Amino acid sequence: MSAELTAYSISLADDALVLGHRLSQWSSLGPTLEEDIALSNLALDLIGQARLFYTLAGQIEGKDRTEDDFAYFRDAGDFRNVLLVELPNSDFAHAMVRQLVYAAFAHPYLDALSRSSHSGLAEIAAKAVKEIAYHVRHSAEWVIRLGDGTDESRRRTIAALDALWPYVDELFEMDAGERSLVAAGIAPDRAAIRPVWDRTIDNVLREATLERPSQVAVARTGGRSGRHTSDLAAMLADMQVLARAHPGVTW
Amino acid sequence: MTDKTPMPLWEVFIRARSGLPHKHCGSVHAPDATMAVQAARDVYTRRGESVSIWVVPSAAIIASDPNEKDQLFEPTSTKAYRHPTFYDIPDEVGHM
Amino acid sequence: MYTQALNAKDASAGTRPEDTARLAVFQSTVDAEDKIEPNDWMPDGYRKTLIRQISQHAHSEVIGMQPEGNWITRAPSLRRKAALLAKIQDEAGHGLYLYAAAETLGVSRDELYEQLLSGKAKYSSIFNYPTPTWADIGIIGWLVDGAAIMNQIPLCRCSYGPYARAMIRVCKEESFHQRQGYEIMLTLCRGTPEQKAMAQDALNRWWWPVLMMFGPSDKDSMHSADSTRWKIKRFSNDDLRQKFVDATVPQGQFLGLTFPDPDLRLDEESGHWHYGEIDWSEFKRVVAGDGPMNKQRMAHRRQTEADGAWVREAAMAHAEKRRQRAAAARIAAE
Ligand SMILES: [Fe+2]
Ligand SMILES: [Fe+2]
Ligand SMILES: [Fe+2]
Repeated sequence: MSAELTAYSISLADDALVLGHRLSQWSSLGPTLEEDIALSNLALDLIGQARLFYTLAGQIEGKDRTEDDFAYFRDAGDFRNVLLVELPNSDFAHAMVRQLVYAAFAHPYLDALSRSSHSGLAEIAAKAVKEIAYHVRHSAEWVIRLGDGTDESRRRTIAALDALWPYVDELFEMDAGERSLVAAGIAPDRAAIRPVWDRTIDNVLREATLERPSQVAVARTGGRSGRHTSDLAAMLADMQVLARAHPGVTW
Repeated sequence: MTDKTPMPLWEVFIRARSGLPHKHCGSVHAPDATMAVQAARDVYTRRGESVSIWVVPSAAIIASDPNEKDQLFEPTSTKAYRHPTFYDIPDEVGHM
Repeated sequence: MYTQALNAKDASAGTRPEDTARLAVFQSTVDAEDKIEPNDWMPDGYRKTLIRQISQHAHSEVIGMQPEGNWITRAPSLRRKAALLAKIQDEAGHGLYLYAAAETLGVSRDELYEQLLSGKAKYSSIFNYPTPTWADIGIIGWLVDGAAIMNQIPLCRCSYGPYARAMIRVCKEESFHQRQGYEIMLTLCRGTPEQKAMAQDALNRWWWPVLMMFGPSDKDSMHSADSTRWKIKRFSNDDLRQKFVDATVPQGQFLGLTFPDPDLRLDEESGHWHYGEIDWSEFKRVVAGDGPMNKQRMAHRRQTEADGAWVREAAMAHAEKRRQRAAAARIAAE
């Protein structure tokens, strides 16, 4: 079970790190100073969660791998994050829709994980769930304002929904390893989270006077098995460039 | 700026700990009250400074006129009888 | 300093005769180390000087996010990444507090942005230098934030209440910035020869520009006597610069680094570190807009402003819709 558990903790960390990294790229680009600060807060929450899940993975694995070994010394093909979080930043509507889509899932998921039979995972989840609750609220308020704002903001929000919708299903995917953790009462069942996600999203869209994309696009998956977009490789090449140029040193 | 209407300014008050009063700590720009609370949270409570936030539209603050400082506040300085030290109580009576 | 371009004398500093009595009250308030508050009467020159100084300071904080922002995505460990992001976020906050302080003087944040983007308002020359290596992040925290703190601590006692209060908040938050930077330098200097060389190279590039942060030498500074009389400025440029050099040289020696100044020596008599001649022509060039990164910094800021416009408009449009709906609901209920 320890290999599955390590892989699972890494995948939770990867989701958080990659999305946190994308949010961190908003620094000095926020639409207002207030929102610039808010976006960094979201990024810091997620980077913090990633660090905890990586560290736990290293402990479970027992090979002395640190958070930085996982973050800086694995290639894109070793990352297990969903594709949703690796898509490059576009406009602010894209950022807020992505945050809502992710957080509306992560909030009930972490809540369930906080009752995991694995105390290490449960502890991290209990801390993270409070952070993510605010992510839901903040992104929801923005999606409502952008959806029901000006013609331009509405157009951009609809475009973001269309662009991101194909990546939703992957949030609910589980491989055999994760299923075994579900059976063992360690990982929550992602399928059980779907109705909660649906409700949150539909409530926000209704208030935003928006609808779910009508064109049913083919679901885009593969991240959980390491098949990523080239955007992740580009992101990691940048993120890891300094650490890899000087392996083994302290920063 | 191309923006037509500037975002309103809000005054932010935070309660540092349970039991303390809300205290003015600064201001934020936000389109409405809900976002003002969120902005205040993101800007002014990043180091655990707060357990509660108030926001008030800056335009709604009514202030006393600084030119009337004398008539408003000066007269109280001569009313020493409002202070406990004005009264002589023998030490033998103990703390009162 | 962050307001080093404040050297032009204000021509319109004259006072009307009827203001003489109020001016006396104002000056006695300042002399008594009391605070001037937004609604108090103040001379036009005081208001203008404050708006210029506070907004230049605010612009510097916001533009100052960019050189360090260059390394957020490449920070070499997750611990450093989180610290750097939080540090840059603080600088955004500093800009915000300072814009808010300026707004109490009757100028809007949007107007101040416009002054920055049109080039009318300046920001600190230091942020026009590039950050090609990770050691630059250490240097900025150690030296740039260190120099800023030297300047900002006396501003906590500035006569204008909102500015002083903003600076108190800023100084509290600054306390981790310099330590964060110095820790990076220390780690590099105790690391591999390559890391140490990176640290030395950064010091070589930044030392002189950092000394320029304090503004022109007192003998050339047109810094008005007004600022001193108004208790906005409490120490001269050269005094603060000397204080900074005295505090910093031993820190650099502890790191085992060499300052790029052959004239640097401890003057036994005065106890001060004597430093060499600053190249003021470089300073003037960078302040005037011809530094290595001026164009990029402004282009970046302009882009941010432009990209955010539709978001701000949408938020305001939504607020207006809500107001109208609430009004309609009220009418329907009557
Ligand atoms: Fe700064
Ligand atoms: Fe700052
Ligand atoms: Fe700073």
